[in-house]
Amino acid sequence: MFSSDQSCWFVRKVICWRAVASMAWSVLLLLPTTALFVLLSRFSLFHPILWMSECLSLLTSASAIFSFILLCGVVLMVGFFNLEYYTVVPSIACSKIALLGQVLHPRQFVHSLVHCIMGVVVAWCCAFTIGGRYRSLGHPCTQDESSSGPEMCLNEYHLVLLLAGAFIGYSHSLVGVVYNMNYVSFHTMQQYKYLRFKGALPLVVKASAVQALYCLRSFLLLYFFMGYAPRAWICKTLDLSINSSIHSLDSVSSLLDLSLLYHLWISGTFLLLTWYITVLLFRIFVTEVYSFPVQSTFTEDAHQCLPKVITGTQPMILKFLALQDLALLSQHSPSRRLEVFSLSQPGGHPHIWTALSKECLSLLSDLTERLVAHHDTVATNGRAKSQSTGSNKRSTTSSEGSVTSVGMEDMKTPRPSALIRTPGSVFLRSSVGAGLRTPLTTPFTPDLDSPFSSPALRRLTGPLEPQGALSPGFSSIQSPHVMRRGPKLWSASTDSQLNGSPPPSPGPAPSPSQAQLKPSFLVTFLQNRKDQLPEASSQALFADSQVHIWALQGLSHLVAASFSEDQYGIVQTTLPTILSTLLLLQEAVDRHFKLPHTSSKPGHCSCSMGDDSYKTLRFALRSTLKTAVYRITATFGGHLHAVQMSAEHRKRLQHFLEYKE
Amino acid sequence: MHHWTKYVRVVEILRIVCLLQASVVYETFLTDAHLRFEANLATFYRIRKDSPALNLYFPRESLKPHSRQESSSKSAFRDHCETLYTRSAGAWRDAGLSGLLNEIANSSAEVPKWLGVSSSCVLALLRWVSSFHSSLFPHLTLSSEEMTAEFSQVLDWSDCAVRGFAWHPHTQKCAVALSDDSIKIYNPKSATTPTLKHRLQRSVAALQWKPLCASALAVACHNCLLVWHVDPTSLSTRPSSGCAQVLSHPGHSPVTSVAWSPNGPLLVSASPRDTALLVWDVAVESCVPLHRVGGGGVTYLSWSPDGSRVLAATPSSLFRVWETRMWTCERWPSLKGRCQSGCWSPDGSRLLFTVQGETVIYALTFTDNPGVPLMMSGGPKAATVVADLSETTLNTPDGDIMVGGEIQSLAWDPRGERLAVHVKGDAGAGRPAMIAVFKTQISPAFKLLPCGFVQGEAGTEPRLMQFNPNYQHGAQLTVCWSNGKITHVPFCFMSAGNPQPGLGGSPSFPLTQGRPADYNNQTLYTELIS
Repeated sequence: MFSSDQSCWFVRKVICWRAVASMAWSVLLLLPTTALFVLLSRFSLFHPILWMSECLSLLTSASAIFSFILLCGVVLMVGFFNLEYYTVVPSIACSKIALLGQVLHPRQFVHSLVHCIMGVVVAWCCAFTIGGRYRSLGHPCTQDESSSGPEMCLNEYHLVLLLAGAFIGYSHSLVGVVYNMNYVSFHTMQQYKYLRFKGALPLVVKASAVQALYCLRSFLLLYFFMGYAPRAWICKTLDLSINSSIHSLDSVSSLLDLSLLYHLWISGTFLLLTWYITVLLFRIFVTEVYSFPVQSTFTEDAHQCLPKVITGTQPMILKFLALQDLALLSQHSPSRRLEVFSLSQPGGHPHIWTALSKECLSLLSDLTERLVAHHDTVATNGRAKSQSTGSNKRSTTSSEGSVTSVGMEDMKTPRPSALIRTPGSVFLRSSVGAGLRTPLTTPFTPDLDSPFSSPALRRLTGPLEPQGALSPGFSSIQSPHVMRRGPKLWSASTDSQLNGSPPPSPGPAPSPSQAQLKPSFLVTFLQNRKDQLPEASSQALFADSQVHIWALQGLSHLVAASFSEDQYGIVQTTLPTILSTLLLLQEAVDRHFKLPHTSSKPGHCSCSMGDDSYKTLRFALRSTLKTAVYRITATFGGHLHAVQMSAEHRKRLQHFLEYKE
Repeated sequence: MHHWTKYVRVVEILRIVCLLQASVVYETFLTDAHLRFEANLATFYRIRKDSPALNLYFPRESLKPHSRQESSSKSAFRDHCETLYTRSAGAWRDAGLSGLLNEIANSSAEVPKWLGVSSSCVLALLRWVSSFHSSLFPHLTLSSEEMTAEFSQVLDWSDCAVRGFAWHPHTQKCAVALSDDSIKIYNPKSATTPTLKHRLQRSVAALQWKPLCASALAVACHNCLLVWHVDPTSLSTRPSSGCAQVLSHPGHSPVTSVAWSPNGPLLVSASPRDTALLVWDVAVESCVPLHRVGGGGVTYLSWSPDGSRVLAATPSSLFRVWETRMWTCERWPSLKGRCQSGCWSPDGSRLLFTVQGETVIYALTFTDNPGVPLMMSGGPKAATVVADLSETTLNTPDGDIMVGGEIQSLAWDPRGERLAVHVKGDAGAGRPAMIAVFKTQISPAFKLLPCGFVQGEAGTEPRLMQFNPNYQHGAQLTVCWSNGKITHVPFCFMSAGNPQPGLGGSPSFPLTQGRPADYNNQTLYTELIS
């Protein structure tokens, strides 16, 4: 109850106001954007004066104000969705199934639907603004000489524009899921909001123009093939008739109308630009540094102080901002550092330092545990330890994770010696194979291309595999190198022999009854989709590593500063723990980067609006960790020999002292 | 080659220029540094034992500068007919819009006439605009190589065998960039000297080791930045190009200066063609461009040792001082020329800089309140002149020597006790390039007093200098000479602020005979404390 109350104050007092401020700015910025759109959409090279005067009269007309109010409503809605859907820890889909699950999630469905509708609304405003042939859905026409008087015909240009708006709105929402557009990342460099916005604006304009182009391409293809359906439906519901004297738009020649393409593109760009600006402003506002008081003189404010705030878990943004503040204060403000190193007034306990360091250390050791667990899981190919890591998996759950006990036993047995001569295994194998339709893949298993993955999986994923490995020749005896290398590389697999009770003779036996074992198409399909996306498991491990980076920076800077600023020596008492935690983490990170399928270099990021900085967090963490240890060793130097630690850690630290890491 | 500073003479000047009193009195004493060391053998041997022999010699003949160009390999292959589309795509990829237009305009036989004519027109327009732009900023007419030579801290960069030198900030390890575009790493504690070569490592203008790291070396190259990760325990002499991170940004070429933040993961890089200062987060290979109007580029960067500020010089008469917490900047316009070089005092409170075309050193003092934008922090309002190195004649036993002139670069030793000033000189006028050394004192008040000159063998001139950040007994200045030699000039002194326990017993070198007693009082510049 208290914690919910505590989280409330921050969301209520800070986050909401920041969101409101960002929305207000986006509404303000809508004005110039709309004016620019009006100018560009009605652009005519040969009548500049007419063009300007038309634009001016349109901008000042009452109907334009109405559509502007509509646009404001859309922007506010987008801002609201940003606030509602943002996250500081990206959800990373480790397999394609999981990604599909994210896309089909009801919450996401609402998001897509609303964005679709908003896309239509914006497109209507655009159609209205452009005017001319786009202005309204129906137009009077004379269908036949026989019919009396004019009747209403469908204006297909208007319809195409509306449908394009809906399509772009939907694809915005969809792309947002795939590229984690709701992920809010924090920057290494602090800059003022205005400067950050100014720096990002060209990129946003470029991204929206490019994205609109791609969307337009897809939309036109779709309309070319499926365009008749919405047209017929609209005609039927609204009782409009189709003007037969005008060619319908779903033909190549009429879709290649340059003016139409230009108007569709500029409307799409306008739509995406306003939304992207809203997203950008929200990100900039919400990640702004918040300075928490280190200690408070009044007890009622105590829950707003850094040591209290940093230990909470909800909301995540609060923890992130608190750790960011810690990292910044440890680097930049000596006066606040002094407060951290101070003792409590009655009693003389270093409560603040204890709370801060304990929280940072627990974060770091959590990460170490997670990495070790992942390493063990990978080492046993996702088999033995999968249950124990179950508590650690965060984002995805294997949708069909139940494995029969026989299958489980089977998958647990990496006994290479037993694999070789067991003729009786054929029958056991085939009986088990039927129950193995749902093999266990934890989120952290590497993909199945690994030569050490379970042969059962390899068989099920047949079509993807090179045929040489698939053929009956693969049957254990003829592929000894796999068997020999398996235990050598993954020595951790031996412990499964201790706790598991391996049946005498499992293993990838020759499969004589190919027809019987041949998986159905659906199973194969699902299996392929359940493959791990490359690197995704590694990214998922480090998805929230921004907090670890700040914890490392904060701790190391505080420890380094304590060399000269800590008057009471309170940091000395925790120095051995800090060093051992850092060194353990260093070891775990080193091991993680030696795993296959973890690239050692960050890839190049695209210039789309989706923030993919979470993909490179592990590299940032690795470098920050090393720098943190070096910062401590460089400050303390030889004094570290006096710190108690295990011989292994001392050896490791000696490497750091000699700059050999 | 292994003789210690054998050819180095230290010319002691007691008073160079008493600028404030406008009285110019010179008394010089010439000694041979080698002899002087032998006069104090005990200390000498101790130093020699500690400092491994890192005297290097790179004769220019041994380095084959390859005149490789990007498209030079084209001539080795037979001409082969590609479609216009392929060629245009290639031109777009290689040289961007202007390349594409050029390609289309050149192949007028294959394209429709209107396309050829219009692309020629657009090309002409582009050239006209760019010529207009370069009339505003004349440096843009230079080629990349010329630009690097112009803005590099190395004197006569294009003629140099050694184009860059960097001491590791924490260990006795150094990296040397040579004119054949390779970088060699010397570590006295290991027998291997790794040679770094990379396809993109061309015309190296600067290099710097990452602080708080054993292995990362940033190299400013022709059109990118390379960050090498040289494993100190590896025995490989040719680290593969996979060990290098390539950081490039469109329009950011040539890179003429790099600087690591002293306590963080950030790296800043500058290019005279790019108006933006790039701040890299190297671990994730992302950069934030910091655009500011004016200047036309960034030529030289220097990060203050406490990490709070960055000096960014531009090709025009303007430089900026960035504050690194919120990345706001302060403009320093209305100089006579562009800022040529600058250096920070170890506590980051003082910036000394020199201006092209002038022979004086200016100083700026910053009050230390990080986080507050510089404009509001009550920073300095004007730069003060602290030293004048205009040409003058010294009477030495060898005859008269002309010294002084424009300043190429500045270096301040990590303790803030010695300032080395690289004076360009003028060979035609009989003024050789040389290095003048000043004694400095930072607290309680800033003082500058002359110490001496460093000269090389006859006929050689210093090209590049850097203080060794890990010298125990005072300061050690590493100088790269025009003949390809690299020597180390030690300055042994008792630190005024905190006496070094390791050198407690040994006296400072007996200065030369006939030294006036009031030597220390003859300061060149003293800050007035109000």
